[in-house]
Amino acid sequence: MDQTPVLSLSQVSKAFGAVRAVREVSLELHPGEVHALAGENGAGKSTIVKILSGVHRPDSGRILLDGEPVEFAGPGDAQQAGVAVIYQEPTLFPDLSVMENIFMGRQPRSRFGIDRRAMRAAAADLFARLGVRLDPDQPARGLSIADQQLVEIAKALSRRARVLIMDEPTAALSGNEVARLFGVATTLREQGCALLFISHRLEEMFELCTRVTTLRDGAYVATDLIADITPDDLVRRMVGRELDALFPKQETAAGEVALKVGRLTREGVFTDVSFEVRRGEIVALAGLVGAGRSEVARAIFGIDRWDAGSVEVDGRRLRPASPTAAMAAGLALVPEDRRQQGLVMDLSIERNIGLAGLAAVRRGPLVSRAAERRRAADWAVRLRLKYARLADPVNVLSGGNQQKVVLAKWLARGPSVLIVDEPTRGIDVGTKAEVHRLLSELAGSGVAVLMISSELPEVLGMADRVLVMHEGRLAAELSRAEATEESVMAAATGRSAA
Amino acid sequence: MTATATAAETVRGRGGRRLVDRVARVRELGIVVALAALFGVTGAVNLSFLSYASLRDILLNSAIIALLAVGQTLVVITRNVDLSVSSVVGLAAFGGALVLADNPGVPIPVVIAGCVLLGAVCGAVNGLLVGVAKVPALVATLGTLYAFRGIDYAWAGGRQVNAADMPEGFLALGTSSVLGVPLLALVALVVLLVVGWMLRNLRSGRELYAIGSNPEAAVLAGIRVRRRIVAAFVANGALAGLAGVMWAARFGTVDATVATGKELDVIAAVVVGGVAIFGGSGTVYGAALGALLLSSITSALAVLRVDALAQTAINGALLIAAIVLDRVLALRVAAALRRRSREAPPPVPGPERGKAAASTATEPASRGEAE
Repeated sequence: MDQTPVLSLSQVSKAFGAVRAVREVSLELHPGEVHALAGENGAGKSTIVKILSGVHRPDSGRILLDGEPVEFAGPGDAQQAGVAVIYQEPTLFPDLSVMENIFMGRQPRSRFGIDRRAMRAAAADLFARLGVRLDPDQPARGLSIADQQLVEIAKALSRRARVLIMDEPTAALSGNEVARLFGVATTLREQGCALLFISHRLEEMFELCTRVTTLRDGAYVATDLIADITPDDLVRRMVGRELDALFPKQETAAGEVALKVGRLTREGVFTDVSFEVRRGEIVALAGLVGAGRSEVARAIFGIDRWDAGSVEVDGRRLRPASPTAAMAAGLALVPEDRRQQGLVMDLSIERNIGLAGLAAVRRGPLVSRAAERRRAADWAVRLRLKYARLADPVNVLSGGNQQKVVLAKWLARGPSVLIVDEPTRGIDVGTKAEVHRLLSELAGSGVAVLMISSELPEVLGMADRVLVMHEGRLAAELSRAEATEESVMAAATGRSAA
Repeated sequence: MTATATAAETVRGRGGRRLVDRVARVRELGIVVALAALFGVTGAVNLSFLSYASLRDILLNSAIIALLAVGQTLVVITRNVDLSVSSVVGLAAFGGALVLADNPGVPIPVVIAGCVLLGAVCGAVNGLLVGVAKVPALVATLGTLYAFRGIDYAWAGGRQVNAADMPEGFLALGTSSVLGVPLLALVALVVLLVVGWMLRNLRSGRELYAIGSNPEAAVLAGIRVRRRIVAAFVANGALAGLAGVMWAARFGTVDATVATGKELDVIAAVVVGGVAIFGGSGTVYGAALGALLLSSITSALAVLRVDALAQTAINGALLIAAIVLDRVLALRVAAALRRRSREAPPPVPGPERGKAAASTATEPASRGEAE
């Protein structure tokens, strides 16, 4: 491939505060190729996407368009240059119709302003090409995640882009839709479009892509021809070591039922969810984004109310919609979004650790700073927290260490049931293994662990049992032996025979 | 392409459009029904409420608030708010009146244009604070509410401009009618129709909705969010300037306290009119109807001899009722949309549907209809 790349990055770096998200990454996108970008969560893929699409400006390094250096001052510039992006999380306008979402800012016009008839026809045409049936006049609010993703794809297609970036476009799609998307991608490639494809499903990369660039912890690892490497090679490049060593769940005998969820229903969110978690067990709750997993966790912990069903902790029924009651019963919830929900970012490490257990560190009506500090210091050692001073605000810590602070906060209460939602999202590989070791030890000491995770290797490596949710229902319960990448994904996308 | 569209529409139907349109219409229809009930009941108790003079009064009273509600809607749609409008009205009213009183020779159109420009400048200050300096709109415009009023006080220095000081021709604008309809109400109506058309049919208008509906997505869609927000504030300021001149023409007596506190009436009208306070939805027609309803209630309560203090409480109750109604409607719509996508799930059920859609894409429309 000796022609000039349409779009390329040369030695690009970007830092957010102290976190160096990408370091000296180079990437070339040629017309007529589908280029895969591989790497674990937190490897910097999304940052690369945002640099290419003009959302972030690199701190150093250059972006080249047709070999000429360019600067994207904003997403508008990148779009002008012919770059279209399908983001991982749909970015729709819920109040506007599907067709307006597709054509926002580029609506067809007649002499009398926006030509809705032409816009409707164009949207219908795009949906026909994608083989989906969506009503162009339907508001985006209320669309399923898969439909939202399809609208995103239609939006990108309508731009007739020279470069199409797809950040996990298939995560919420069923097999049929994926096949159709691949068909469209192939057509675009044949028309000379350059595609950048990100997916956590290796087989998709090998099916669709011609070359692959791998990132690890924000750094460039290698660019290979897909034909030259095997999936195992690719995993080794992504992880930097053998995968099996990563998830050390010890075998423990399962004890009594600690958490029992019976036919839990929240109207329109999840339906008839029943399961048990025993002491010493790690039960994974798998499924696609938007399947209702976090919502179930929130309801169990009393943040949202439920419409029907029951939750029992150690045999006692839990009062609905009361986090206080849930905590008193021995539940702990490490939420999905640690920056927004798990931590008070400006508060010190010790105060964050103390937050959930102020009763334990009080002296009379006041909080004892000394007791708080002792407790924080104790847990910092136990979790091998890396910090300068306990009085530092948590926002100076790396993602992995922040997650340890959240864990410490809850573990300090000595919970009997620990619910962790995406415990290793966006944290580096080393700390990830430590979090896994920690969860495993906790289970070993008799805690019942319910782990929500979107990372299949994590689910498969850690869980004694895997519950799979699909569109608000439990689609499957798989034992450790039954759970494979295929069986879990099949249930999660609603393809299972059952 | 057209064939495809026809086919696809025939297959799928137009449920979505109907649903959305219906809700919007229900919302505005609700106000119309409330207005009808109000006029019916009050008219039954006291027939003079329906007299020409009374109706003309109601139109005149609501014209200025309706104009301000139209402007405010532009801002609220973008998930912002402008509390400073009443101060801008005061500033423009006093400025216009003062110029006319001191220089009777200045042509009236020039004065009107000057007031609109003054309002636009005030709006630009708000717009820059909110859109560019990223000060939350609530705080920024609360600040300018005091600042603009302060400038007004300093400028007036306790002075009051009386009707006798202003040219007849100007005061006539506040009282004259065209075909029996007060001129000020006609001005408000024309502004309403023009802004309503722009919001629906111009890209920039749709972008205001997009910004309010999902600000982050608006940035990713390449919308020039800053520019649009500044423009919304400038337009709102300009309309507030126009409202200021109208105020001076209607009431004749102008001092530095003109329109104090009216910003809350305006925001109430917008909310009663079904404009979502968190942006993204609502129409100027609703907002204007909301203004008309609130003014009518005030007039009706006076006719029904309800205590003035109770009137305020009733307005408040109405506002809360409107918000509750919006919430209930929103929940209903969400449930209906979910049900629709459950009943006819487009993506999942397999190859049959996909094939059908693919064939309509290539076959003539008649074939699509046959399926």
